[in-house]
Amino acid sequence: MERLELTELAVLLREAAGGDEGTVLDENTLDVSFLDLGYDSLALLQVTGVVERDHDVMLDEEALADAQTPRQYLDLVNGALAARAAA
Amino acid sequence: MTAVATEHTGLIEWHGMTAAVTGLGVVAPGGIGARAWWDATLRGELAIAPVTRFDASGYPARLAGEVTDFVDEDHVPAKLLPQTDRVTRLSLAAGAEALHDAGLDPHGLPDYAMGVVTANAMGGFEFGQRELQALWSKGRRHVGAYQSFAWFYAANSGQLSIQHGLRGPSGVVVSEQAGGLDAVAQARRRLRGGVRAVLTGGFDSALCPWGWTAQLAAGGMSERADAHRAYLPFDADASGHVAGEGGALLVLEDADAARARGAAVLGTVEGCAATFDPAPGTGAPRLLAAARLALADARIEPADVDVVFADAAGDRDADRAEAAALAELFGPYGVAVTAPKSLTGRLGSGGSALDLAAALCALRDQVVPPTAGAVRVADDCPLDLVTGAPRPARLRHALVLARGRGGFNAATVVRAAH
Repeated sequence: MERLELTELAVLLREAAGGDEGTVLDENTLDVSFLDLGYDSLALLQVTGVVERDHDVMLDEEALADAQTPRQYLDLVNGALAARAAA
Repeated sequence: MTAVATEHTGLIEWHGMTAAVTGLGVVAPGGIGARAWWDATLRGELAIAPVTRFDASGYPARLAGEVTDFVDEDHVPAKLLPQTDRVTRLSLAAGAEALHDAGLDPHGLPDYAMGVVTANAMGGFEFGQRELQALWSKGRRHVGAYQSFAWFYAANSGQLSIQHGLRGPSGVVVSEQAGGLDAVAQARRRLRGGVRAVLTGGFDSALCPWGWTAQLAAGGMSERADAHRAYLPFDADASGHVAGEGGALLVLEDADAARARGAAVLGTVEGCAATFDPAPGTGAPRLLAAARLALADARIEPADVDVVFADAAGDRDADRAEAAALAELFGPYGVAVTAPKSLTGRLGSGGSALDLAAALCALRDQVVPPTAGAVRVADDCPLDLVTGAPRPARLRHALVLARGRGGFNAATVVRAAH
């Protein structure tokens, strides 16, 4: 089943935030907020545009606003992808 | 601080506050950094050359004043690279230089004590073109979120504000070539309102196919291939102007506060004025009125002005009109006039900001920078135009003039610090 992996999210965030500013995402930072990792809401907006495009999925805006950590964001995206696969 | 509206001029006169320039940042054709640019200017180096930022071979105008050797990563935080157009990157470089030059760390000031007011007339054309190409070739989902603001005139002020924590009264002025002077006038208003310091000036850059097409459509661009003959303001052989990119930013602050913190004052902004032309064919242009109002604001007479930095359109009619205005105000050949923008091309909002920077450096060094050496003043332009080589002179006041496409006129009087 199609999924957004942590490694892909990490690459997208680094591209959106210019490469070397944000902290690298890995298993240890899954529950650290994006802001604390150095990624602001604009970077996330940019990433969401790419994710929606590349995975051909629409994400709920309010749920996105609540997804403040990598784990929450991945759960949201992969939940939407799973729901689409089940439909 | 008191304000007195006088019936005579209609101006609001203010007493008790002088706006001092304490820092300067320049990114312009001819030099990155105020020192490099000013040295090149005094040498009279022509920075107009064939366009290299895109393939201009299919366009009627193929020369530009480009900022060469600008390495983005040297001046712009990596985080901002995906979300900034070139004009914003040039602005960020100049902003950092100006603050450093002023010895001012905004983070050491109280919150809201410092603002940023910049001028920009063309927005982020190159960024916008890339996103438009993505839109039409790949689809809407390929347009990035940063397009929402990166193209916008206010992006330069916004990014400078965020980068340096300039949270005081801020804004952006859009009045084409006049913008650099109008922004400084607005910054001075903010100082009078109690703001401690303002980062101000102007920048433009639109050297990409879409930006070039827009500038061509606006008209007035020289189609000559010879860089030495393409932009000849006040010359009988004038054939239009060459477009360029870049500009300047200044740190403007209350002179008393600047001295109290031991800052070196480069010069003071004594008079600001702006006028707007009547519709074509319905009356005379109002550049002369702007100059008179700026002198009145500075409380000086024409005889107190030692050098004029001309708008220098490079269009025969516009050049004659400006020369006539100067002859009326100062008498024929009555004051030293120069147009260093003949070396860089016209930079939009950055052009008048750069002229203001040149005027301040001229006052500091007591020397008039030259107009391009190829310029021969036309008989119908009775101007004492300084061309080819710098002219040492005793300089107390400089008058900077600018005309923005669409009828904007602006004039600024600056005074030497000593």
